[in-house]
Amino acid sequence: MNGRGPTLAGSFALLLLVTTSCTIERTPEADASPDDPAAAEPFGFGSPASDAFVAALDLDVRPDGAGLPEGSGSVAEGRRVYLAKCAACHGPTGTEGPNDRLVGREPSDFSFGRDRRAVRTVGNYWPWASTVFDYVRRAMPFDAPGSLDPDEVYAAVAYVLYLNEVIPDDAVLDATSLPRIVMPAQDRFYPDDRVGGREVR
Amino acid sequence: MTRGPDADADRTLSRKAFLGAAGGLVAGAVVHTRADAVDLLAAQSPTQQTSDPTKVHGPPPSPLGRRAPTEQPRRLATRPSTSASSTTPLQDLHGIITPADLHFERHHAGVPAIAPDTYTLLIHGMVDRPTVYTLADLKRFPAVSRIAFLECSGNGGRGYTRDPAPQTTPQQADGLTSTSEWIGVPLSTLFQEVGVQSSATWFVAEGGDAALMARSIPVEKGWDDAMIAYGQNGEAIRPEQGYPARLFLPGWEGNASVKWIRRIEVTDAPLMARDETSKYTDVMADGRSRQFSFVMDAKSIITFPAYPYALPDRGWWEVRGIAWTGRGRITAVEVSTDGGRSWEAAQLQDPVLPMCHTRFRHLWNWQGEETVLMSRAIDETGYVQPSTSALIAARGPGGFYHSNNIRAWHVATDGVVTFAPGDPS
Repeated sequence: MNGRGPTLAGSFALLLLVTTSCTIERTPEADASPDDPAAAEPFGFGSPASDAFVAALDLDVRPDGAGLPEGSGSVAEGRRVYLAKCAACHGPTGTEGPNDRLVGREPSDFSFGRDRRAVRTVGNYWPWASTVFDYVRRAMPFDAPGSLDPDEVYAAVAYVLYLNEVIPDDAVLDATSLPRIVMPAQDRFYPDDRVGGREVR
Repeated sequence: MTRGPDADADRTLSRKAFLGAAGGLVAGAVVHTRADAVDLLAAQSPTQQTSDPTKVHGPPPSPLGRRAPTEQPRRLATRPSTSASSTTPLQDLHGIITPADLHFERHHAGVPAIAPDTYTLLIHGMVDRPTVYTLADLKRFPAVSRIAFLECSGNGGRGYTRDPAPQTTPQQADGLTSTSEWIGVPLSTLFQEVGVQSSATWFVAEGGDAALMARSIPVEKGWDDAMIAYGQNGEAIRPEQGYPARLFLPGWEGNASVKWIRRIEVTDAPLMARDETSKYTDVMADGRSRQFSFVMDAKSIITFPAYPYALPDRGWWEVRGIAWTGRGRITAVEVSTDGGRSWEAAQLQDPVLPMCHTRFRHLWNWQGEETVLMSRAIDETGYVQPSTSALIAARGPGGFYHSNNIRAWHVATDGVVTFAPGDPS
């Protein structure tokens, strides 16, 4: 029997609550091990997720290329996709708006912290090419998110990176070439170093 | 003279009848008794009723309450855009709880319409048992509740300057923070259920909005105090706050508490999603950018007196405001009524909860002098809310996120209050 089953009632309820809250407050170290003999038996609510269900929802693309789909796109193809589906919001050359400016390598010294007017673009600020693919696929175009097929996403990403002078005009992006791109701002980021206490950071 | 109840009633009635007639309402109505008058007055619209509420019955009970017509606080929405938000009217609120319909909003693709009966949360990745949960499944787990603030890390960006706009209200300055009672299932419970593997270091949380907004969170936060929340202030979470369920990370920047959560992937590396690279990273003067800066540092703002209020009289006034920190409890708030030359400990109003708006108040005897009011919060780590210049010195002037520098209000000799630089004179 599950020793903390939620169906039990009456005077056992308080004891059960205590047991459950102790379980919840266990340390990560204790909980993280599936072999921990002290780990409580699961409630077992929910349904097993099939591989197909996971695959249908999981669109994540990581910097190492994990998650990139089959397909490819060239700069030339990307120009057509961009002008048809991106330029209305980001401008014909990615600089005109009205929404986020995508293109520009200045300031090349990453001086954003000293100059509030400096505009962050894909070329001067985004640290990973994978992020461009991941974001375009999940959220763009703004008026029809998720409507681009993988080839169109590869192509649009290629064109934006070309406009930013990150890749040449004959580049073709796919699951092999995209993760090899080194973005200009890749080394500009560092993890949070604030820790509380007296020092202001 | 003996004056029974009827005599009183009749005298009142004649006055009411006259008032009603003057309003053009009573044509042909005969008012003999109090009951007649009640019937008559009930037929009138509220605006046409007489001004004495002790002489007329009000409306009956109703299925849904309303605010007083004279109390209509409103969020302030930015123009519709890709970065749409609305702010909480901090100056209009009492206590620490933000009414749910006044909780600030920040959406990246609008508010999705999600049917609760088809909603699911998928947890997969580095887990032993990839699982899909319905809303009913989530609600069946032992629930927890905590009262905590939620603040957008972009809150207060317009105050991160030595020259802020004087015509700025508390709502405009810092309205991207709100406090609610959040109710839900601890993420640690779900982590235990699915068997999160010991080598996992991160999890990616993804929303079911049209942006599929995603953030990477260190797995320790999931084991510590994260929750999947479905309740807010006694009712289901509002659509603008993530209905039917959201991630809630106490004390951390609002963007990471992914709304409308549909998927959690347990991983060994961050996704490097758009909103943890190109946005929500903090530019520094040294040509770098701080990333994964989750915790909201200690902050406070005086919400009264504040622009556009003008003090009508000299004498005693209670300076009031809120303070909060993502690093535990507020331990003190100090108030200066002389532009930062001297500071006094304000009174903290119970309850003082961790990672929660905390009310402070300080009595001030204003003698008509021109001055500047300031507050600074201190948290349990010993952190002291910095002056604007101190924060800019540490980070550079280009920043925007995590702007927790001191907020100040200039008081003119005529009592007019305006937003002022957060630097002691």
